[in-house]
Amino acid sequence: MKPPAFAYAKARALDHAIELLGVDGARLLAGGQSLIATLNMRLSSPSLLVDINGIGGLEGIALRDGRLEIGALVRHVQAERSAEIARHAPLIARAMPHIGHAAIRNRGTLGGSIAFADPAAELPACLVALGGEVEIAGPEGRRTVAADDFFKDLFETALGPRDVLTAIRVPAATADTRVGFAELARRHGDYAMVGLAAAARADGKAPKDPRLVYFGVGTTPVRARKAEAALAGGSLDQAVAALAQDLAPQDDVQATAAVKTHLAGVLLRRVAQQLEAA
Amino acid sequence: MKIVQDMPPVLSALDRPNSYIGRSVPRPNLARLMQGRGQYVSDVVLPRMAHVAFARSPHAHARIRAIETGRAKSAPGVIAVVTGAELARVMTPWVGVLTHLKGIKSAPQHALAVDRACWRGEAVCAVVARSRAEAEDAIELVEVDYEELAPVTDAETALDPGTPVIHPDLGDNLTFERRHEAGAPDTAFAEADEVVEATFRFGRHTGVTNEPRAVVADWNPGEQRLTVYHGTQAPHMMQNLFAKHLALEEHQVRVITKDVGGSFGIKVHTYADEMATVALSKLLKRPVKFVADRIESFVTDIHARDHRVQARVAVKRDGTITAFEIDDLTGIGPYSVYPRTSGIEANQVVNLTGGPYTCPNYRALARVVFQNKNVMCQYRAVGHPIATAVTEGLVDLAAMRIGMDPVEIRRRNLIADDAYPTSGPSGIRFEQLSHHASLDKVLAMMDYRALRAEQARLREKGVHRGIGLASFIEVTNPSAAFYGVGGARISSQDGVTIRLDAQGAIICHTGVTEQGQGAEAVIAQVAASAFGVPIARVRVVTGDTDNTPYGGGTWASRAAGIGGEAAWQAGKALRANVLAVAGSILQAAPESLDIRNGTVIDRETGRERIGLDEVARVAYFRPDTLPPGFQAELMATRHYVPRAWPFAFTNGIQASLLEVDVETGFITLLKHWCVEDCGTVINPQLVDEQVRGGVVQGLGAVLFEHCLYDERGQLLNGNMADYLVPMACEMPDIAVGHVVSPTADSELGAKGAGEAGTAGAPACVMNAVNDALAPLGAATITEMPITPSVVLRALGRV
Repeated sequence: MKPPAFAYAKARALDHAIELLGVDGARLLAGGQSLIATLNMRLSSPSLLVDINGIGGLEGIALRDGRLEIGALVRHVQAERSAEIARHAPLIARAMPHIGHAAIRNRGTLGGSIAFADPAAELPACLVALGGEVEIAGPEGRRTVAADDFFKDLFETALGPRDVLTAIRVPAATADTRVGFAELARRHGDYAMVGLAAAARADGKAPKDPRLVYFGVGTTPVRARKAEAALAGGSLDQAVAALAQDLAPQDDVQATAAVKTHLAGVLLRRVAQQLEAA
Repeated sequence: MKIVQDMPPVLSALDRPNSYIGRSVPRPNLARLMQGRGQYVSDVVLPRMAHVAFARSPHAHARIRAIETGRAKSAPGVIAVVTGAELARVMTPWVGVLTHLKGIKSAPQHALAVDRACWRGEAVCAVVARSRAEAEDAIELVEVDYEELAPVTDAETALDPGTPVIHPDLGDNLTFERRHEAGAPDTAFAEADEVVEATFRFGRHTGVTNEPRAVVADWNPGEQRLTVYHGTQAPHMMQNLFAKHLALEEHQVRVITKDVGGSFGIKVHTYADEMATVALSKLLKRPVKFVADRIESFVTDIHARDHRVQARVAVKRDGTITAFEIDDLTGIGPYSVYPRTSGIEANQVVNLTGGPYTCPNYRALARVVFQNKNVMCQYRAVGHPIATAVTEGLVDLAAMRIGMDPVEIRRRNLIADDAYPTSGPSGIRFEQLSHHASLDKVLAMMDYRALRAEQARLREKGVHRGIGLASFIEVTNPSAAFYGVGGARISSQDGVTIRLDAQGAIICHTGVTEQGQGAEAVIAQVAASAFGVPIARVRVVTGDTDNTPYGGGTWASRAAGIGGEAAWQAGKALRANVLAVAGSILQAAPESLDIRNGTVIDRETGRERIGLDEVARVAYFRPDTLPPGFQAELMATRHYVPRAWPFAFTNGIQASLLEVDVETGFITLLKHWCVEDCGTVINPQLVDEQVRGGVVQGLGAVLFEHCLYDERGQLLNGNMADYLVPMACEMPDIAVGHVVSPTADSELGAKGAGEAGTAGAPACVMNAVNDALAPLGAATITEMPITPSVVLRALGRV
């Protein structure tokens, strides 16, 4: 449980971080809640850790042009207590208590969670459910990637080796925004066996434009598009049935694929109730 | 988790004027531990100390063709790279058998595997370096050429003719087999109104101590002495084993065990990597430290349970239970663990099944088989959770079959409280138990009737609650019958030496050890009470084979009952000695004096006569003033071992209230109760927390903890993220109550309390889950852990 030797550099500014990431085998260090464990277990052996914790301007939470921007270095605990997030991104606020334990939330960052892209993590699914976007600074300058395009495969994202995720942005909630969140973990704070983050707009009886994003059931956050369509059409039963086509979970140590699919259906019924609530 | 206070009555027999018996005295070591001033082996640093890390087999079963160590030897910081063959020249192998477990067999086990690795995680090569990190770096450069062999992983097929034999010299994969028959079980089953059968499965799990296993070994060639700082439960046992396998005499070995960060039975065994560390110190003539990391712990700390029990019970329509029968199969890894063997748990299952009940007819078969998984051995409440879940599961199933309330069937069959002394179905002997008083007490604590009414009301609203009960018996205070008679040099007796210091305080040296459970507090309370000083004037010394009386250490709930009685007797003996000195000084008959609150007084009037500091001053510095021929003896040693009974059995009952989410299969524990009878309660708070801690470990076993192996013998969840230890958020409030039936074998009357919680919690939760699900037509759940998947399968939802 001792990491292999690595070099360490503290980035002074974003440009400096991008420059340091040019070193072969460099990895970016933010909250370190996943990275340090993988180092200690010798599952990865970077040559250089580029610490971005000293870079200013990455820990803000601000409303801009109808979008809530959350800096990459915002700690989970900060988001958990943020009035802005509670008001403008209630889905994220609902997800926060489910993330790890207090010690993890004190150190872990929102940007780190999105960039690491654990398929069982809450925040990537929330970002996709909200139709959010990711702001990235890289050697070629800045760019924005939609959440739907950001998560590529298992622990693979649109981030290149010299890219730094600087912020996430989500549309600010409006009066007709409806969100739902539920996950099943055998112990509080564990990664979910199955989880569901959902957003929709209130529109009479059926939720309009629902986005149902599951986590813990695939290699990335998984949108249940057929279930979304069925739910928009007003049939919860059909939406639950459609999950068999939308989701293709793998067996893992916690549950078989069949159990996960069953639980996904239970979560959909529970989250659908949340979406209906004002 | 809320702490529910339920103080037992103060005991009058031991209630000397300044007695601490029956009082929740704060642990004297609390401030030290809370301030981070504990002395854990993990913290020990010695001059010239090196660190060892081990290359471990990635295969469950493999021949070691060759080990190439050249690159590792030249890596930075490396002091030595040692293979099994090289280490075998320093340390002899061992075989984990005991003569009283008839027919038990095992193969020689080396400190490092020599020709063959027999489980995933077995150490095959050691790297000693300046730091643990450098040792781990160099491990990656050790090249081991393995030839994979077919692994034996399924206990069910381990004895099949087509299954490879792990140790060909042994002839088969059977470690141990025990058959037991009492009464006429065939007749009882033939004449029963109902026979209920079930197959119970208990997952493998492990202990997960806060502090991992840790050892620092320091061979001093100048002294020809080995000092081992060791996180162990049994320093004198380890002294013997280190000496034996390094060809030393015991006086050449000193084992020092200060604070231990939890043990739960994990740290009472011989571990190959710890033995290797000690051998490396001898080989390299310098201190060597090994602290297991979490990943190593999961594949090397002993695992426990892993039983499959086919069982049946015969019952009459009036509720009378007439026979139990069990067929237990357990897989124990490739070696029987040394020196206690891996046959004890199955043996205990045979001993304990049916134990709370009057049932003359019993048949048991237990088979223990080898397999290529991590070794298994005794963990907290050895065999108890298995026997209790099988027994209590069958009792509930029988009750359900004949349409009787679970409480009623227990009332009709639990051994009557006035029937003692008596024996259980397996022939185990009970001095005095209190099953019915315990049952009455738990029903009152939980308000059983109200809970049943609430359960029925909620059921109509689609809320499915379950109520489960489990009576249990518990082995504590073992005599020599446990290990000594089987040839193991594991002491069942223990001693306490108490010395008056020159200012009138007392120093107690005891063979029992502190694992975080409060043994030091208990010894201090008893010594203070017996001798007559405030507890602040008692210092307790544990865990040093050079400086404590010979003893067994801490296991099988023996520290308070056995070590405590030795402290009681030693305290009384020193009091008599001190009063002899005081009487001499005061020209008074010693019998007319007593010691109270640190002062010698007139026994009748309570008048203060002379301070202990003055007695000590005279005895130590002015003995010339004492009468000629009078010699003050201000140090007394007493030993104690239970003689009248092989074990001081205790008993109790647990109850669980829980709610099952029938859509998700998730179980929410709402409340837990435990009433237990450990005889005299020395420190109510420590007993209650022992029970609560034990309950939590039992809840871990029934709901969460499981070492999952694939068919190749690979552990799939050997880390703290995937192996689910029970955590506070999921734990219910645990109410603890007591019934007090002291053992007459000792003056103190204390029995043990460390196993009780773990013994009964799995059974009552299993019964509660089935109680919740039965009205829904679910299949009966008889496997642990009861995961959401298990519940959903029972409900037919997946």
